[in-house]
Amino acid sequence: MRVLVCVKRVPAPGAKINVTGDGLAVDTTHLGFTTSPHEECALEEAVQIIEREGGEVVVLTLGPAEAEEQLRYAASVGGTGFVLIPNGGADWDPQRTASAIADAIRALEADGGEFDLIMFGNESADAGGFQVGVRVAHKLGRPIVNGIKGIEVTPEGFTAHRAIDTGVEVYKLPKPAVMGVKEGINLPRYPTMKGRLASRKAEIATMELNAPAGGQAMLKLHRPPEQPSTTEILGTGPEAAAAIVDLLDELGVL
Amino acid sequence: MSILLVVLEHDRGDLPVGSLEALTVGRDLAASMDASLEAVVVGDADLTAVAGEYGATAVHQVTNEMLADYGPDAWGEAVAQLVRSVAPAAVMAVGTDRGNEVMAQVAARLDLPFVANCLSVEAGDTWSMTRVQWGGSLLEDSTLTADTKLVSFAHHAIEAAPGGAASPTVKTFEADLDHSYTATMITDRVVLASGVTLSTAPVVVSGGRGVGSEDAFAPLEELAELLGGRVGCSRAVTNNGWRPHSDQVGQTGTRIAPEIYIACGISGAIQHWVGAMASKNILAINTDSDANMVTKAGYAVIADLHEVVPAISAEIRRRRGQ
Ligand SMILES: Cc1cc2nc3c(=O)[nH]c(=O)nc-3n(C[C@H](O)[C@H](O)[C@H](O)COP(=O)(O)OP(=O)(O)OC[C@H]3O[C@@H](n4cnc5c(N)ncnc54)[C@H](O)[C@@H]3O)c2cc1C
Repeated sequence: MRVLVCVKRVPAPGAKINVTGDGLAVDTTHLGFTTSPHEECALEEAVQIIEREGGEVVVLTLGPAEAEEQLRYAASVGGTGFVLIPNGGADWDPQRTASAIADAIRALEADGGEFDLIMFGNESADAGGFQVGVRVAHKLGRPIVNGIKGIEVTPEGFTAHRAIDTGVEVYKLPKPAVMGVKEGINLPRYPTMKGRLASRKAEIATMELNAPAGGQAMLKLHRPPEQPSTTEILGTGPEAAAAIVDLLDELGVL
Repeated sequence: MSILLVVLEHDRGDLPVGSLEALTVGRDLAASMDASLEAVVVGDADLTAVAGEYGATAVHQVTNEMLADYGPDAWGEAVAQLVRSVAPAAVMAVGTDRGNEVMAQVAARLDLPFVANCLSVEAGDTWSMTRVQWGGSLLEDSTLTADTKLVSFAHHAIEAAPGGAASPTVKTFEADLDHSYTATMITDRVVLASGVTLSTAPVVVSGGRGVGSEDAFAPLEELAELLGGRVGCSRAVTNNGWRPHSDQVGQTGTRIAPEIYIACGISGAIQHWVGAMASKNILAINTDSDANMVTKAGYAVIADLHEVVPAISAEIRRRRGQ
């Protein structure tokens, strides 16, 4: 099984998210970076699939040069091939991103054979455009379903489970297929010491690709207005229980 | 007159409230564009009456035997064909998983830009919009330049309200789909949840890293049960394997809106907060009076959750005479 996982490097803000002075990006001065959570789970799923079926997991990211960090992390948890498409540091719009990724996939397939399965995160944690995977699948002429929280490999292709409020929808996809995966499909492993050491030696292929800008242009980021709040302190120990239960009673949930 | 198409998300005729939100937003947007508001119903579902109640003057019934159930490729292709035929000024849907998926499919097929999860839109030659990033923790001002504008509106951003009652003309559009589109059709459904779910529970008792272990959730379970509520948790907890992901509240988990959210040992990172902020009341139990959860909550107890949570349950039982 040959699997491709497309991941995005995103900042990991905590209690607050700050924007740079020009309003064009998240201020990452004091922030670490991570792989967008849905994609981290997609990678784990891909690694579990090749552990069962054999094969390889190629991990691709379009991002700044520093996204090498996320590819090395992927190497430490079981990825086998790594591709970076540098974007010069500023986010590309969804159409441009999808065109470049589709071009990269065509080149990778010409070289190493078709991917049986291509996985994206359902949406990126930061921009949340909900479309890059769908656009890439369409450019490649392959079926795609989003929101996937369960994958089984079958003789014909894949059975995929999509989570909805009340349960799951079941899809049966042929090979090759594309899926948008959601966090919760698995619990991603932590890197082992051995994995970490190996990741330092992982070879990362850089593909210089570009594509024309699409029709959506970002002007500026800003924080939503904060509702002013005052906190009523009900106590500093278990004796607060009486005040809490009074409150529950008042709210009619007792 | 130009046309604003609103794609109604539905599941074999069941119309989620999000579709009514889309019509509600669409009504004002169509007025500002001097366009007619027209609904798109994929498949045979009869949604004409409700579309009319919300102001649609026409319903495009998109039919084909392959549209009996949901499939993203088939829906996307069918709507794309309708768009080519009707040439609307804009197409919109609600920004649910399914709504965004269909719009992305349409956009890919027409090679047009698509702006997901808008909160407000100003129509014009070029559109200006504010949209959601980071699940709602950050907003983005954008412009959209395209012959046909494709957008979705963030789910739950507004309340659906009927208005502009019309008796829509029904226009049938037969989509041309071959069998390749069956590849992504729903083949089966499994119903899992019954009773109170996390997203509908009146009380959610949630635990974070401060709970400390899987076993230490027992007192939270007990309190939730006494209140007819559900247990939730933070991502730190699911990452540790203490609770299943289905309990996770937040950007990549469930969005909740209970009467009261009791957040125990949760710091209140933005990605957690966006999932909890629709709660009507929040009680934070935390040892750190500076924690974001505490400063944003209406009520707080600054103490060890392991002492406070059992004391609440004991007090409830005492008052109930148990
Ligand atoms: C892209 C992205 C998406 C994310 N999505 C989500 C999401 O959907 N949901 C989510 O929850 N997180 C999400 N996160 C993670 C989030 O950023 C935080 O890491 C996480 O919410 C922290 O969980 P926590 O509050 O339990 O842990 P911590 O931040 O470690 O906080 C623990 C809290 O417990 C308190 N405490 C400790 N001991 C006690 C005690 N005995 N009694 C009382 N209080 C105590 C501490 O004072 C502290 O405030 C996401 C992160 C990223 C980058």
